[in-house]
Amino acid sequence: MLSVKVLGTGCAKCKNLDKKVRQIVDENRLDVEVNYINDIQEMIELGILSTPGLVIDGEVKSVGIIPKDAKLLSWLNGEF
Amino acid sequence: MKINEKSKILLVLSLLLIWGFLYLYLAEITDYLVFSLLNLTAETHLTESIRFFLFEVPKVMLLLVLIVFFVGIVRSYFSPEKTRKLLGGKNHFIGNILSSLLGVVTPFCSCSAIPLFLGFVESGVPLGVTFSFLIAAPMVNEVALVLLLGLFGWKTALLYLSTGLMIAVFSGYIIGKLKLEKYVEPWVYKVKAGQLELDDENLKFSQRIDTGVDAVIEIVGKVWIYIIIGIAVGAGIHSYVPENFMASLMGKEAWWSVPTAVILGVPMYSNAAGIIPIVQALLEKGASLGAVLAFMMSVIALSLPEIIILKKVLKVQLIFVFVGIVATGIIIVGYIFNLIY
Repeated sequence: MLSVKVLGTGCAKCKNLDKKVRQIVDENRLDVEVNYINDIQEMIELGILSTPGLVIDGEVKSVGIIPKDAKLLSWLNGEF
Repeated sequence: MKINEKSKILLVLSLLLIWGFLYLYLAEITDYLVFSLLNLTAETHLTESIRFFLFEVPKVMLLLVLIVFFVGIVRSYFSPEKTRKLLGGKNHFIGNILSSLLGVVTPFCSCSAIPLFLGFVESGVPLGVTFSFLIAAPMVNEVALVLLLGLFGWKTALLYLSTGLMIAVFSGYIIGKLKLEKYVEPWVYKVKAGQLELDDENLKFSQRIDTGVDAVIEIVGKVWIYIIIGIAVGAGIHSYVPENFMASLMGKEAWWSVPTAVILGVPMYSNAAGIIPIVQALLEKGASLGAVLAFMMSVIALSLPEIIILKKVLKVQLIFVFVGIVATGIIIVGYIFNLIY
């Protein structure tokens, strides 16, 4: 099972990304665990300076943007 | 639908042509609408208000779309992560200048001010240089620039851009010189920051065009309503409030007008879009440009919500110094504006 983290400070963009990821996971019935993380310490440790950050299985995939649906889907399918 | 690189660039170029045409003939189009289609009588207050509104809204929107699009493309070349690397170990002053300039072109949202502050300070960017970034990023923003350009002309826009940068450079420089590191919350220096390598260097130009389009959708989607309301209020003031109504209150002769404008502006929080059309109308009725611009700068550069966010990493003393120095800078700029105009 993939573990997905959305790191955010509570801004609108962060919540949107979280919502979008969950939606894609639900629609495609993916075996993925999604967590929303508000811990600044963890963000900094990962080197994320702009929110939202998207981390899949420990790897930072995007920062500061909401990636396109198609891209999110392929990441959530475990493709890179 | 997949559009290839070449046709996308062609599409953008043809849209630019249409843009140019609309912008050049906007006055004629508006007059045609007002006098031929709506058949309004010339020279009445109501007609003038409607005409002002129907001309200014599309003009500002056109400028907004164009500039936000290009700024979006420019910003796709920058990220806070890259900016941090560029600023690491930079000396004072040169570092402050570089940091202020990068503050303008790096994508930034005040909601990520804390991770950014931590990441910068931890990786060895000096405190004053970090502040230059944090001041320039909200102070010089593309929406304010567009509105000043559209409603006041390029000279005012340029003056705003350069004085905004100067405030960021000098405020950061002074904060650096004052050696205020002890007023940063101690836990900040215990954070271990990671380095992030993202492979966004080889984006194709068509992908950068997408970034520009995304920026337009995001920013215009957020501010259009403020612009319409702001210009509507402005249109009302434009035609109904008597000339020189504001002269005694916010005019050039009233020496206290600039500091008062800043004191009023600091706790206020609004985006530039909502405030500038009102500001333009005030100006027309006799308020001085210095007071009005100082008001605008203090509203967008310093705000209560941002100060509350910064409280997490800064002690009260440093927050006071920060607000005090920036506010003083804005007041000086306000007087400079009044001298020039």
